[in-house]
Amino acid sequence: MTGRFIDVRGGPARRLAVVSAVAALALLPVVSANQAILNWAFLVLLYAALAQSWNLLGGFGGQVNLGHAAFFGLGALVTRTVWLRGLPVGEALLLGTLSSLGMGVLVGVPSLRLRGPYFAIGTLAVAEILRITVGNALPQVSVLPAETLATYTLVPRYYLALGLAVGITAAVWGLARSRVGYGIAAVREDEGVAEAIGVNAFRHKLGVFVLSGCFAGLVGGVFAYYHVSFYPSFAFSPLWTFDPLLITYLGGVGTVWGPVIGAVFFLSLREALALRLGEVHLLVFGLLFIAVVVALPGGFMAAVRVRGFESKMPNARG
Amino acid sequence: MIFAQNAVFGLLIGGLYGLAAVGLSLVFGVLKMLNVAHGELLMLGGYTGFWLFTLWGVDPFLAVLPSALALFGVGALLYQVLFRRLIYASDETKLKNSILIGFGLTLVMQTLAILAWTADERAITTPYAGAVVHIDGVVVPVLRVGALGVAFLVLGGLHLFLHRTLPGKALRATAEDVEAAALAGIPVPKIFLLSFGLGSALAGVAGTLVSMTDAVSPAIGLSWTLKALIVVVLGGLGSIFGTFAAGLFLGVTESMSGFVLGNAYREVMGLVLFLLVLVLRPQGLFGSGPA
Repeated sequence: MTGRFIDVRGGPARRLAVVSAVAALALLPVVSANQAILNWAFLVLLYAALAQSWNLLGGFGGQVNLGHAAFFGLGALVTRTVWLRGLPVGEALLLGTLSSLGMGVLVGVPSLRLRGPYFAIGTLAVAEILRITVGNALPQVSVLPAETLATYTLVPRYYLALGLAVGITAAVWGLARSRVGYGIAAVREDEGVAEAIGVNAFRHKLGVFVLSGCFAGLVGGVFAYYHVSFYPSFAFSPLWTFDPLLITYLGGVGTVWGPVIGAVFFLSLREALALRLGEVHLLVFGLLFIAVVVALPGGFMAAVRVRGFESKMPNARG
Repeated sequence: MIFAQNAVFGLLIGGLYGLAAVGLSLVFGVLKMLNVAHGELLMLGGYTGFWLFTLWGVDPFLAVLPSALALFGVGALLYQVLFRRLIYASDETKLKNSILIGFGLTLVMQTLAILAWTADERAITTPYAGAVVHIDGVVVPVLRVGALGVAFLVLGGLHLFLHRTLPGKALRATAEDVEAAALAGIPVPKIFLLSFGLGSALAGVAGTLVSMTDAVSPAIGLSWTLKALIVVVLGGLGSIFGTFAAGLFLGVTESMSGFVLGNAYREVMGLVLFLLVLVLRPQGLFGSGPA
């Protein structure tokens, strides 16, 4: 499956489908005042954006990051804190993203030099350190103050999530077709060969790592802007690594549309199963995930392989 | 005196860290796969010990054996059904996919454990659970000393197995060079199966001891996997007793930092230490040569 550089130009039909889907999503709050539907759509977009940010590094860059929650959590924490101190939400999101960027450089420079399993374990350790420390330092639940709650509406949050999902997906799509993107793919397939043909492996890896972290921080910021009350350490929970990982693999790792399809599937199934089966839905997800890794490494995208739906991005696994 | 007390407690818990880590290290050393569901296997071992005690009154020190056998079976099954599919993949794919499969397994095993046994914490309380010995004013719980002793005995047995028996030597040869081992007539697939089973059995022993000294619940897996990973990195690969020493070291570090910084931060210091070693000395504190 490696090196499947099929050149599928976005035909007019596909382009139309994408544009009309985004338009339909943009019109959703105008058409429907149903808060439950809007809320569900918000979550799909949030998870799609987060999974896409994981996919950028995990699928496209070929590095399994088990500490994605650290970036999500830091973005959420910083954004929430400065926003509640009175900064406009845009600037708060920017600060949150910058803090994730800083952590990306700080963590990436030493950890990306590690080979083998150490990168995955090291990132997991970073996330756990932050989760425990934040839980200890900020044990209080963070609740929106009454005056913010009085003016709280879902619609602007929904548009933010829509913008993120579309923006990050577009960024991944564009990157996959760029010169830098080919460099990243080369490093993923074989670092030695990539270096030999003049690609600076470390810089490419660091670049994807930091970009992926920034996106995750931004998504975390929107989560902090959306959620009425949560424990600060909750945003650092391993769930914020595992759910996007699950979504990405179910949809199709290393493909542009996999995380989006995976997010729709994940949240629909979770909604349907959690109501009827309670805990059992985790069992279903676990088994599905193992089945995908073992038997169908391309995920949903490989299973369907709709013509014109394929990305130019070669699959992440050999 | 408080200092000595903390050191003793650290050593006693550290023995279990070492035991948990040796199983993980064995699987990684031979198969070049990282089973991140190792902590969940330990959790299953804990429940095995707990139910043997609760239903039939089997003393946990004796339950170690059936628990090891049961987990050997679970490990062998997991290997045959899932991990065996990866053995012909490239090193990098093998590693990555084993992590992913293990991650899926953690979800499955945790949920199954909650469904079967609820999310409650369970612990074994033996008649002698509260017994302590005073040495120079330092309180030494007998139970934990016993657990440390069992851990040490099991690892000693493993050492003898690896160095004095033919299957053990075949296992070490496979860890060193799979192709050369296969050329020498070693049945490599069987050795893989044996290693995975042994690694799981060690998790089973550790789990049974944990259910006696601490408690088990379906959620303990991740934290034990992390502990085992930390210890493996601290100890470096290759030596059982190096890993065991690293386990003791982690136990004492946690206990001391819990004492100095407050109990809430004891795990954090272990993780920080781990990151420092990872960055500064990737071959491990006690290991030699590159990782």
